[in-house]
Amino acid sequence: MTIPELSTSLDLRARPSWRRTKNTIMTVLLASTVVAIAIPLVLVMISVFAKGGKILFAHFPAFLTASIPPTRVAGPGMGPAVLGTLMTTGMATLIAVPLGVLGAIYLNEYGGQSRFARTVRFMSMVMTGVPSIVMGLFIYVVWTLHFRLQGFGGSLALACLMLPVVINAAEQMLRLVPNGLREASYALGATKARTIVTVVLPAAMSGIVSGSLLAIARAAGETAPLLFTIGAARVVNTSLFHGESTALSARIFENAKEAVVAAQDRGWGAALALVLLTFALTVIARVVTAIATRKR
Amino acid sequence: MNQTTDRLRLAYFALATLVVVFAVYNAFAQGDHLGGDIGLAASSLGAAIAWFVHRRLAAKHVPARSLTDLRGDGHVDDKLFKLLAVGAATLVLLILGLIAVTMTNRALPVLRTMGIKFFTSSTWSEHDGVFGALPYIWGTIYTSAIAIVIAVPISLGVALYITQIAPVRLKKPLVYLIDLLAVVPSVVFGLWGVLALAPHLGRSFLTAGIILAIMITPIITSLAREVIETTAQADKEAAYALGATRWEMITAAVLPHSKGGLVGAVMLGLGRAMGETIAAALVIGSSPQIALSPFKSGDSMPAVIANQWGEASDLQKSALIALAVTLFVMTIVVNLVASRIVQRSLAKSRGVGG
Amino acid sequence: MVADRPAESATTSASTTSKPPSNVPAMPVRPSMVDGLMTAPIVYTVEHLDVYYGAYKAVRNVSMEVRKNQITAFIGPSGCGKTTVLRCLNRMNDLIPGARIEGKVNYHGVDLYGADVSATEVRRRIGMVFQKPNPFPKSIYDNIAYGPRINGITDRSKLDEIVEKSLRGAALWDEVKDRLKASALGMSGGQQQRLCIARTIAVEPEVVLMDEPCSSLDPIATARVEELMRELKQKYTIVIVTHNMQQAARTSDCTAFFTAELDKAGQRFGQLVEFDVTAKIFSNPKDERTENYITGRFG
Repeated sequence: MTIPELSTSLDLRARPSWRRTKNTIMTVLLASTVVAIAIPLVLVMISVFAKGGKILFAHFPAFLTASIPPTRVAGPGMGPAVLGTLMTTGMATLIAVPLGVLGAIYLNEYGGQSRFARTVRFMSMVMTGVPSIVMGLFIYVVWTLHFRLQGFGGSLALACLMLPVVINAAEQMLRLVPNGLREASYALGATKARTIVTVVLPAAMSGIVSGSLLAIARAAGETAPLLFTIGAARVVNTSLFHGESTALSARIFENAKEAVVAAQDRGWGAALALVLLTFALTVIARVVTAIATRKR
Repeated sequence: MNQTTDRLRLAYFALATLVVVFAVYNAFAQGDHLGGDIGLAASSLGAAIAWFVHRRLAAKHVPARSLTDLRGDGHVDDKLFKLLAVGAATLVLLILGLIAVTMTNRALPVLRTMGIKFFTSSTWSEHDGVFGALPYIWGTIYTSAIAIVIAVPISLGVALYITQIAPVRLKKPLVYLIDLLAVVPSVVFGLWGVLALAPHLGRSFLTAGIILAIMITPIITSLAREVIETTAQADKEAAYALGATRWEMITAAVLPHSKGGLVGAVMLGLGRAMGETIAAALVIGSSPQIALSPFKSGDSMPAVIANQWGEASDLQKSALIALAVTLFVMTIVVNLVASRIVQRSLAKSRGVGG
Repeated sequence: MVADRPAESATTSASTTSKPPSNVPAMPVRPSMVDGLMTAPIVYTVEHLDVYYGAYKAVRNVSMEVRKNQITAFIGPSGCGKTTVLRCLNRMNDLIPGARIEGKVNYHGVDLYGADVSATEVRRRIGMVFQKPNPFPKSIYDNIAYGPRINGITDRSKLDEIVEKSLRGAALWDEVKDRLKASALGMSGGQQQRLCIARTIAVEPEVVLMDEPCSSLDPIATARVEELMRELKQKYTIVIVTHNMQQAARTSDCTAFFTAELDKAGQRFGQLVEFDVTAKIFSNPKDERTENYITGRFG
């Protein structure tokens, strides 16, 4: 027994309309933006892994250890650059991470919302926006002009780039440490310094470590600051203070400008090495965060 | 076994040993350049500080005090630690101040020679000692504008897709994809641009703009995602309850709410694009001209600095540094405006919600 | 003036109220019990204590004393200054920017807020257990050993000894003795709170302050902590802030009743209404406000 009026009013099936079409169009458009951004990434990755892999994996350890051949000569060799990247970035880390963590400790544990602390926080944010080329020129002016081209200048420039990033990340991690822990420590008669070092820092450590690893990954990939400060060595230089150095990023830049295919190939190989390094650091950072969250 | 203080002590020992070994090696390994001496001094200082801090933190046996002797021992290590922390924080101010002072100082020679014409003239000739920055300023602005035009719809689209449309299982991989893009060093994009893209598209404003767009998209996307996700669930549900389609909900609830933050995110991307050196330097074409066609070659501030530095004369170096200062000021302004906008919109959304 | 009050309360039998309130367990007041309580040595003397947060006078004119090996309870409705006064007893209020006091807090005759007194030293003698259990994200062992290490004890066997003693003292040893290296965060709420108590007594303080230690625990855990308190009283002096007046009636020897009032300017402040032997407070309170609170007419 059907009641005609009711049966039509209960028809809840979707009706074709312009609004639904519009919705579908927009959904497709939005999905296509994802494809749009995936394409260049995939293309770049294919180039890097294919062209770079050809020279890196074919000459496996040799590529990473041999000296850099003259531009026109074919053959692997990015040893000095690999060492240079590791050394300059390593030294930059040694400078920037402790200073950055200390600065963050000041901001969160001592400074709070005082005028000085707010100024430092603001300036730290401003500093993250300084173009890396400006940082490189700055270190050129204050250091390289006096002490000549050396790896350490590059480290200083990288450290200046990393400092505000570490401060920001570390401060956020310190803020997450519940205040009850600090109170418990004070109530046991610990001084503020001891509380910070033995309770607050360990509690924030995993976040600080992963944040620092990300900063290191970014620093390892920087080119501009190194161009003005470390010179362009072709042989391995184990000292950061005597003589010129080189780095993977700087060499990629140089080799990209060359018309010689041999140099370009080495450039791709160096690019692959650099990409693998930064990926590895990023993955380790995520693993650290994952372990820490699981422990909690 | 492994308690925190023990571990800390071990770390300090290791660090101090490392630094001392490093210092000794540097001292004996090669020559006696001043830089090496500075290195030695710094290493020794570092070792001394590490040792000193370790001693202070080492638990001392405190002689038993009577119940009512509440005097305490002055807590030197407490004050020292605070000093260290304050010092580190001051370093930020110091560095920024030094940048401003020293760079401007170095830029003065060329500014004295050229005056205001530095910013208005188009002739840049080392040979004649004339330096006009206009083509490079134009190049920076133009390539960044192209980059924004390309990057904004894509990054906002991706952000909207990830937050509103993507099925849950796709979300995480997509976020990883974006992060992967962000991690790739800019010089690798530059390499790909000049060796794989430029042969097809030529070196021009457009090619540089495309590379820049690829690089700033992840930045804008991440920030946009954050802002979009602060949209109150209640607002979204209100739109759905009125029979809106998903796109209508987005335009009704998400976009109005996120407008400010999205603008800020875009501007932050702009700031990054303006300062990006390597990718631009490789594919822009290095022919400074003020052209309107994106297919023409050009030059930009960071690109010319990177390319001309190697063989620049002193006055030319001063000019390049002046360019760097100009770039510095421009990016700072853009970043400041951007973060004000983002802050204000995030604060507003937090204030309204709940 | 402070010394007079105990004698007064011991001898006054005339009361302003009639029968003992029905929801409080009947506790007959025996003179001998009262005398014994009132002759125990004094640990704290609080004289005319005012607590300021900036310009705001949050707590006014508190005078009372705390005696050795007793449990003194602070009771009263929320926001009347109980926790504030408690935190003055170990200078934890120093951590709040803008907090200061006027008046005196004497600890064995020494002014706790004297010029050359170090707050850190104060806190080594006076321990505190907090409302929400706050074990460090370290192992159970390292939590307990934290305090002794501050005091310079690094010898492994000595620390082992202290850890065992403290855990036994907190009635936690049997439950955790096989997993001392496990993270403290893996324990239940009640266990964590007992761990915090063990951590506090590991440094052998004279006084243990407790700020609503059971308010985030279930009834079974609460009962265990209360039982623990009765045992701890033999070695330590305990001051406890509690919202649960039955708990105060059950466990404490002396009780201080606080309440919040509005002054002429309309500002809220806390003050001490009545301080007496617990039995007297609950069976024969002198102040009408006390009676109203314990009979449940407000609070």
